[in-house]
Amino acid sequence: MHAFEAERDEMLGCAVERSIEHAVFGGEIGRRAFIARVGASTAAAALASVFPVAAACALAQDKAGPPEKKQLKIGFIPITCATPIIMAQPMGFYKKHGLDVQVTKASSWAMIRDLSINGETDATHMLSPMPLAITLGVGSQSVPYVMPAVENINGQAITLATKHKGVTAPSDMKGFKFGVPFDFSMHNFLLRYYLAEGGVDPDKDVQIRAVPPPEMVANLRAGNLDGYLAPDPFNQRAVFEEVGFIHLLSKDIWPGHPCCAFAAKREFATATPNTFRALLSAIVDATQYARDRAHRKEIATAIAPKNFLNQPVEVLEQVLTGVYPDGLGNTKTVPDRIDFDPFPYHSMAIWILTQMKRWGYLKSDVTYKKVAEEVFLAGACRDTLKALGYRAPETTSVKHAFALGKTRLFDPDKPDDYLKSFAIRKV
Amino acid sequence: MRRDRLRVIVYSALLGAVMLGLWQAAVAGKPTGKSIPGPIAVAAAAADMLAHPFYDNGPNDKGIGLQIAASLGRMAIGYTIASIVAVALGVTLGLSPILYRAVNPYVQVLKPISPLAWMPLFLYTIRDSTQAAVLVIVMSSLWPTLANTAFGVASIKRDYLNVAAILQLSWPRRLVTVILPAAAPAIVAGLRISVGSAWVAIVAAEMLIGGTGIGYFVWNEWNNLALTSVIFAILAIGLIGVLLDAGLGRLARRLSYQE
Repeated sequence: MHAFEAERDEMLGCAVERSIEHAVFGGEIGRRAFIARVGASTAAAALASVFPVAAACALAQDKAGPPEKKQLKIGFIPITCATPIIMAQPMGFYKKHGLDVQVTKASSWAMIRDLSINGETDATHMLSPMPLAITLGVGSQSVPYVMPAVENINGQAITLATKHKGVTAPSDMKGFKFGVPFDFSMHNFLLRYYLAEGGVDPDKDVQIRAVPPPEMVANLRAGNLDGYLAPDPFNQRAVFEEVGFIHLLSKDIWPGHPCCAFAAKREFATATPNTFRALLSAIVDATQYARDRAHRKEIATAIAPKNFLNQPVEVLEQVLTGVYPDGLGNTKTVPDRIDFDPFPYHSMAIWILTQMKRWGYLKSDVTYKKVAEEVFLAGACRDTLKALGYRAPETTSVKHAFALGKTRLFDPDKPDDYLKSFAIRKV
Repeated sequence: MRRDRLRVIVYSALLGAVMLGLWQAAVAGKPTGKSIPGPIAVAAAAADMLAHPFYDNGPNDKGIGLQIAASLGRMAIGYTIASIVAVALGVTLGLSPILYRAVNPYVQVLKPISPLAWMPLFLYTIRDSTQAAVLVIVMSSLWPTLANTAFGVASIKRDYLNVAAILQLSWPRRLVTVILPAAAPAIVAGLRISVGSAWVAIVAAEMLIGGTGIGYFVWNEWNNLALTSVIFAILAIGLIGVLLDAGLGRLARRLSYQE
């Protein structure tokens, strides 16, 4: 177990377990004697076989001390990826978990990063590669971050300008100018993956630039961009404005890929553990609520106003329900166009790190697994899910299957081999 | 004289009517949402926004009056700081030709830098987005006042300064009764240019940092491609710019003198 996870478990740790041990073994001396004879983990296992320790812990954790800090500010970018973070305010999830949260809109990902590092926001919406990059000090000063929950999976798309209606494959895209929200985004890495699998070198054959999502439609209309791999609603908005069409959903590159995330400075998690736990519960609770497709229309209405996304409800419904016009005259029905799943698999972080390495953002050698475990708090997310009564994955690392490409299966235990399998790469 | 004035007003009104007419004609008949909104649509949006200028629906949705007040407040702080620094430094440089020539190269290098270029640096060092925005205003309104003050003080008639020396006026008195009044027209001319550039910079700075302010309002409406609101905000920004300039113009007239 890594040091921080140990520290975290200590932090969230279970006094209940020890009280049960005391009760079962007859006080501290009996407990110590038993543990000394069979070892701590065996003792715990023996105990668990007769008493639901995990459940007791979870219950106790739910009633852990009151939040140290109740009034919080959370930064967000107005995109549907931030749905759980945003909806938790108007729909009362923060309040339900004892917090008074203000969600504040930021204009760009660089601003999100700086507001969070500077402490102007307590926790923040981020792109899932960002906490990794910031922790490593890549494209930022190095500040340890934790990411206890993914916001959404899928939900992105490659949108092309209407004049490129004939384009069907990456090979037709040479010379294109693409927009992505930020260098350290799934969008950048998925677009690069897609282009490279189609034989297009994303650093030589096309231009990829960082454009804040809200400015993408305007840039597409102005002809500054030929296309973008962007978060919604800006793909659907381009269709709504009749300036572009949806070429490919990101789920058709990597089904179930993580996208945006909920993150905070590690300092916030350690200095105010109860607040952190309550906040994580609110976020996970909201994410699970959003996961249910029956709730999507209600959510679209809640997050559409000017205070939040500032978008037409119609566009948000098309995004969240997955019934949408694609801009080429078809109406598509793709229920998992966007989905919500909070679990931050370590293997997701490892994939992101391999791509940071692949495209030259990460120049030094890192121990993928160690960084992944430090930043993606799968353990904390699992505890929270269980405490809220949801099922949670038992393994924190899985093999991920891609929908296209040569090496379709990503094995998190062999990141170096995976990296070497790509013909187009910088290193 | 009076007839001239009347003619100016008539011509001006005609010009405005023609421009509005052309604008309306250009967009008439086109479906809404597919072209720039016309003056009628903008006027309707304006009436709507001006009816509730001070509503507050949370941190990301406030009335236009509150947004403008936030921008003006931010600007007032930055502009005041910049003006005090610029006048103090300008007087020093104006009185000492050698110092002036020594400092001038640096001023020339710093002057053409867009104040927004400082933003990432300020954010990194000050670690506060509101203060960073205020500092951007300082950087935008420093140089015109500084240059004009230095020039104004340097070109005060030697006679004035000689008389002050003969009367053996103390330094503070010399500053308050001779130097500042003599250089006042130039200083105010500088302040007038500065207030313009500060107002230009605040809108752009707020688009970058978000939060509140008329610049953020424009960005938020752009995000929704709500062009009626954007156009209304542009007009409001222009109108406030005119008012700020007119205020300082009035001050300039009061402080001017005949030699």
